[in-house]
Amino acid sequence: MVNYANLNILIADDEAPARNRLRTLLGDIENIRVVAEAKNGRELLDIINRSQSEQTSTDIVLLDIRMPEMDGIETAQHLQKLPKPPAVIFTTAYDTYAIKAFDMNAVDYLLKPIRIERLQTALQKARVLLPNQLEALAPLSPKRSHLSISERGRILLVPISDVIYLRAELKYITVRTAEREYLIEESLAHLEQEFSNLFTRLHRNCLAANAYILGYEKRNQDEHAEKQWVALLKHVPETITVSRRQQHLIRQNML
Amino acid sequence: MRKTSRLPNLRNLGVALRILIIANAALMLGAFVLSDGIETFLYQLTSISTFAQPTLLVCLFLLYSCYNFLNKTSYRQAIAFIFILITLGTTAVHGFFSQFWIFSDLPSLPRMLVYAWIIGAIILYYFNLHHRAYSPAITEARLQALQARIRPHFLFNSLNAVLSLIRDQPKQAETALEDMADLFRVLMAENRELVPIAQEIALCRQYLALEKLRLDERLNVEWLIDDVPPDILIPPLLLQPLIENAVYHGIEPLIGGGTITVQVYTKRNEVHLILKNPYTAQSKHHNGNNMALKNIKERLTLHFDLEASLKSKQVNDTYEVHITLPNQQQKTNG
Repeated sequence: MVNYANLNILIADDEAPARNRLRTLLGDIENIRVVAEAKNGRELLDIINRSQSEQTSTDIVLLDIRMPEMDGIETAQHLQKLPKPPAVIFTTAYDTYAIKAFDMNAVDYLLKPIRIERLQTALQKARVLLPNQLEALAPLSPKRSHLSISERGRILLVPISDVIYLRAELKYITVRTAEREYLIEESLAHLEQEFSNLFTRLHRNCLAANAYILGYEKRNQDEHAEKQWVALLKHVPETITVSRRQQHLIRQNML
Repeated sequence: MRKTSRLPNLRNLGVALRILIIANAALMLGAFVLSDGIETFLYQLTSISTFAQPTLLVCLFLLYSCYNFLNKTSYRQAIAFIFILITLGTTAVHGFFSQFWIFSDLPSLPRMLVYAWIIGAIILYYFNLHHRAYSPAITEARLQALQARIRPHFLFNSLNAVLSLIRDQPKQAETALEDMADLFRVLMAENRELVPIAQEIALCRQYLALEKLRLDERLNVEWLIDDVPPDILIPPLLLQPLIENAVYHGIEPLIGGGTITVQVYTKRNEVHLILKNPYTAQSKHHNGNNMALKNIKERLTLHFDLEASLKSKQVNDTYEVHITLPNQQQKTNG
């Protein structure tokens, strides 16, 4: 149960009239403060990151489901990485699948146009999403647009399009972008499935982004071993060994 | 166009094609019966075709030119006239060929006439069956079932947008509600007759005004319709669902928005409608789009048979729908 006095609220919706409407309604409810508004999930997470450093906490976020750049479901998934995630209330105009999924998992949602009474009850019982609830909602947003990493109480977002390769190392996966490396706790198999159209598995422990593969070369790794195929990548000096089982990919690419 | 009379539209390309196919199938069957091997079959087919194809074309031409007259008579009278035309056509062709002695294997006139009548009867019977299968009642029921439905997503988002205007901008809210009323009047009407294109374009503009309310500067529309005669007839709600799709799949997923281009032009006897919108790979709901396209395709077939087409393609970052339909203009007298 969230303390009803002084609730800090964030709104995320891509449509200005929808944000205005929510702000008007919230203005009629007491003890509530709309801290900020965002045009999509990405903006919302940026705002939360900034407020985190200012020591102000967000209690509730009102998340529209269909937004460009990053939709509501994905945003909620990333929010879970916060040490103290805010409560999430989804808003949607009409989406049969989403509504079914919400009902089944008892996640709170508001149907647009939203009534003030309905909004009040939702705020009163607003609570943090449980991990299994989120997992159940994941199919609504089958492909994430970003990977998120929790770092010192903030969420770092790495756009999928910036990722050059993903390499499994013991418990973690190294996410390599042109600038730096990140560590995430996920399974490579799951990532491969989710982004099958963007990444290719070159090796048992490595997925490379198709967009960053420059070409392939046969190289001597050390003097005694036989020559091996490696993939050359844009922006980074390191190469990725192509395992014997995946060498058919090179032939396909050369045709 | 859909017809209420039982007579097939003899000026329709699809009908002419069907006549040619059935007649030629009958000729091949005849040649097959008369032959005992592949060589004799080919020989029979060529010798029959020499006389049969010109007869067929002459008859088709006669039927084409007399269609307006035939259409005014009752079905029974029309059938009688069609047989008279076939007789005339066949006799004329026979008379023409008999002048040349090289056509030594020219069949006798009665034999040719019997052939022509039999084939004519088969074709008329086929069209009668076809007509019953596609009777106006059934066609209208199908058209009604195919009636374009607006996305509930749009309805509720628009209502939400209007609600947000009521307190601060009541004037704008009024206009928006008026636009919505007009839009839903058309959507709920029985949209079975063709409408002038100007009417459809006006509807699309009202629809876009509502979307603009929500999406504001994210939605841009470019109309390339300067040379279009406003009274061209098109099926109602042909453009609006396509534009709705373009907004939903092309504009809404883009953070900075984009431009939808609507182009209409006439070329020879055809009307071309081209709609372009930005394409994003992220768009997840492709089924909805295909449903709408399939629906429009089916309605085009019911209205124009084979004379209309709908093609869609994706080139780089642009998604394009191209509709071609016959140029029919509203008659000035009504």
